[in-house]
Amino acid sequence: MSDKVKVTIDGITIDVEAGTSILNAARQIGGDIVPPAMCYYSKLQGSGGKCRTCLVKVSKGSEKDPRPMPKLVASCRTTVMDGMEVQNITSPEVTEARKGVVEILLINHPLDCPVCDQAGECHLQDLSYEHGSEATRYEFERRTFDRIDIGDKIQLHMTRCILCYRCVYTADQITEQRVHGILGRGDAAEISTYIEKAIDNDFSGNVIDVCPVGALTDRTFRFKNRVWFTKPVDAHRDCPTCSGKVTLWYKGEDVIRVTARKDEYGEVEEFICNTCRFDTKKTSDWVIEGPRKINPHSVISANHYTQLMPPSVVRKNPALLEANKEQFERSTKL
Amino acid sequence: MGRKLLLEHINVPGINTFEVYRQKGGYRAVEKVLRAMSPEDVVEEVKKSGLRGRGGAGFPTGMKWSFLAKPEGKPRYLVCNGDESEPGTFKDRYLMTHIPHALIEGMIVSSFALGANTSYIYVRGEMMPQIRILEKAIAEAKNAGFLGKNILGSGFDLELYVQPGGGAYICGEETALIESLEGKRGNPRIKPPFPAISGLYNCPTVVNNVESIAATVPIINDGGEEYAKIGLGRSTGTKLISASGNLNKPGVYEIELGVSVEEFLYSEEYCGGIANGKRLKAVVAGGSSVPILPANLILKTVNNEPRLMTYESLADGGFASGTMLGSGGFIAYDEDQCIVRNTWNFSRFYHHESCGQCSPCREGTGWMEKVLHRLEYGHGKLSDIDLLVDVSKKIEGNTICPLGDAAAWPVASAIRHFRDEFEWHVTNPQEAVSRNYGLAHYADPLPKLENVAAS
Repeated sequence: MSDKVKVTIDGITIDVEAGTSILNAARQIGGDIVPPAMCYYSKLQGSGGKCRTCLVKVSKGSEKDPRPMPKLVASCRTTVMDGMEVQNITSPEVTEARKGVVEILLINHPLDCPVCDQAGECHLQDLSYEHGSEATRYEFERRTFDRIDIGDKIQLHMTRCILCYRCVYTADQITEQRVHGILGRGDAAEISTYIEKAIDNDFSGNVIDVCPVGALTDRTFRFKNRVWFTKPVDAHRDCPTCSGKVTLWYKGEDVIRVTARKDEYGEVEEFICNTCRFDTKKTSDWVIEGPRKINPHSVISANHYTQLMPPSVVRKNPALLEANKEQFERSTKL
Repeated sequence: MGRKLLLEHINVPGINTFEVYRQKGGYRAVEKVLRAMSPEDVVEEVKKSGLRGRGGAGFPTGMKWSFLAKPEGKPRYLVCNGDESEPGTFKDRYLMTHIPHALIEGMIVSSFALGANTSYIYVRGEMMPQIRILEKAIAEAKNAGFLGKNILGSGFDLELYVQPGGGAYICGEETALIESLEGKRGNPRIKPPFPAISGLYNCPTVVNNVESIAATVPIINDGGEEYAKIGLGRSTGTKLISASGNLNKPGVYEIELGVSVEEFLYSEEYCGGIANGKRLKAVVAGGSSVPILPANLILKTVNNEPRLMTYESLADGGFASGTMLGSGGFIAYDEDQCIVRNTWNFSRFYHHESCGQCSPCREGTGWMEKVLHRLEYGHGKLSDIDLLVDVSKKIEGNTICPLGDAAAWPVASAIRHFRDEFEWHVTNPQEAVSRNYGLAHYADPLPKLENVAAS
């Protein structure tokens, strides 16, 4: 017996290692059939199972026990069995449940994306465009909190939080003590540190990267710019504490933000240290590797022309055409 | 007169002390298992008895015990779930207050069957007097040599601890209870792994309700087959029912499973009818999380058979016209009670008790509570009723633990059976805040099934 198991997701069959979760099996297939995940983070042990957006239907349990599972299951925390058949986007039940989860996630989320720092790289935004409905049926006052500064580099705004617990797991894994956790219960629960104390750790900045929404933001970058006006560039440096592999976000000639490199599911490849993230913002500190590939459908790619394609109104006017060309050259110089 | 197994000596003065309990035949079961039985025999005996979990889900206890993993070199734990917080259920508190030794005897028997040398009784934090009673009883049992090292010279060691909880409803869910017992925040764990494989401190663990554990004592004393003779079909033995609401004689009753609901409600032996000569409007048969039923459906099933107090008969008709035995919290409502207000009250409870871990329950319970509050106070809209049904469907089945289902069922069932009353709250907002809807047609006899010729 090999330790590979066969699993079929939406009609596509794949052999994966035994013990893989349904979500990771789907990611190995890739494409549209990958369930969205707001709380699962492959680099964080114990994460997942909370947001319920990755619910899938198991229509056949396994080769040995072909009964379907009675309820929808969280694909991020359910391991595949040999011969399992899973329905994700082919099951109306799943789409309906996911729509419900998105609506429920949004009822207490302020829909103020135009003023939110995360807009453009927010997983909740992507999720609701993809799976949500256009209007909410919630007619009551939304939950609000005051902003809290966790140290001088990180700001926490609980109003936007969807309680995915990713930052809690991050803090648990980078520090010895439990310094960052949940206070309160039910919909009064809030992320907090012990008596609003700063997390004193070289890697604390990673809570910003793991946050799927705009609840934890970088105070050195807050309101400096919209993400789609900046240009991501892969770079590295010799860092004594971390791997030093980062993405620099350029605005013109200046590095205005440093983050870890994120893959197509928004997960960082390697955690980076606070020195790299907050204190090293000069091009001369870095060895540039080249532009970061961002999914062309992402809003981040919106302003990054790969070729000069002026709109028709510009093409008719020679003066505008010249100006546009100049602008294009300036913006693609890097 | 039904047979009493658990509450047989409840009226004996001083039954809460070790001496009196022993005189009345207490700790016979411990002597029997330690001297004459192997752990496998005990599990087999419990399996034969057909005892089903008394905490709500009704899972066969013997089967649960046989699932317990037994890896070498790892301790196994038995945890007694005394975190009884379901609105309408108070049987465990009664048992622990008045016959604490029945629970302790059951704990010794069950721990022996499972091979657990350390066992915990997790009691809800608000029940401080019961915690003291249990600790005193444990000390008495230890003095008499029934706890500690080498019990009765059999070589079996057992330490029993009482752990007060923090007073959260969610800690009655077995994995949340285990988390809480470990000293963490009481968030339910994601299953699998089930506690029988990896529970307390990652060791195999069995979590049982207080009443299930106490019920092992008569099973061992009389034998599993004898116990299985009581009751009806797969619902064997006796069950404690906490009767409350508009009854002449509310309280804890031990019934033989199989008594009809009508007899339980109206006979002098049990609840003695509805108080103040009023008429019955609705019943919640098994604690606040089970679907509420109007009077006509609780007394008779849709097939016009009398409904009995058994797991099967109460569930007859599924969610469309049935309910569940649950934990036995029997709440009766007379004609002057408002179902909308009651649903709002339950919903408020679940909103307050949701742990906030998974999103449908965290946000959905609050949403339902707000909509129900609006309906109750006459600001509702007709579309709210369908909205509630839809939200409850979005929560049900999509959460980590059963609290989401428990929050959704009362709302969905109240609207299913009492939609007229919800609509009346919308169409007559002025009246709705000043008087109740009344009995309406909820106590009407069921329409007779028409005989349709088989084609």
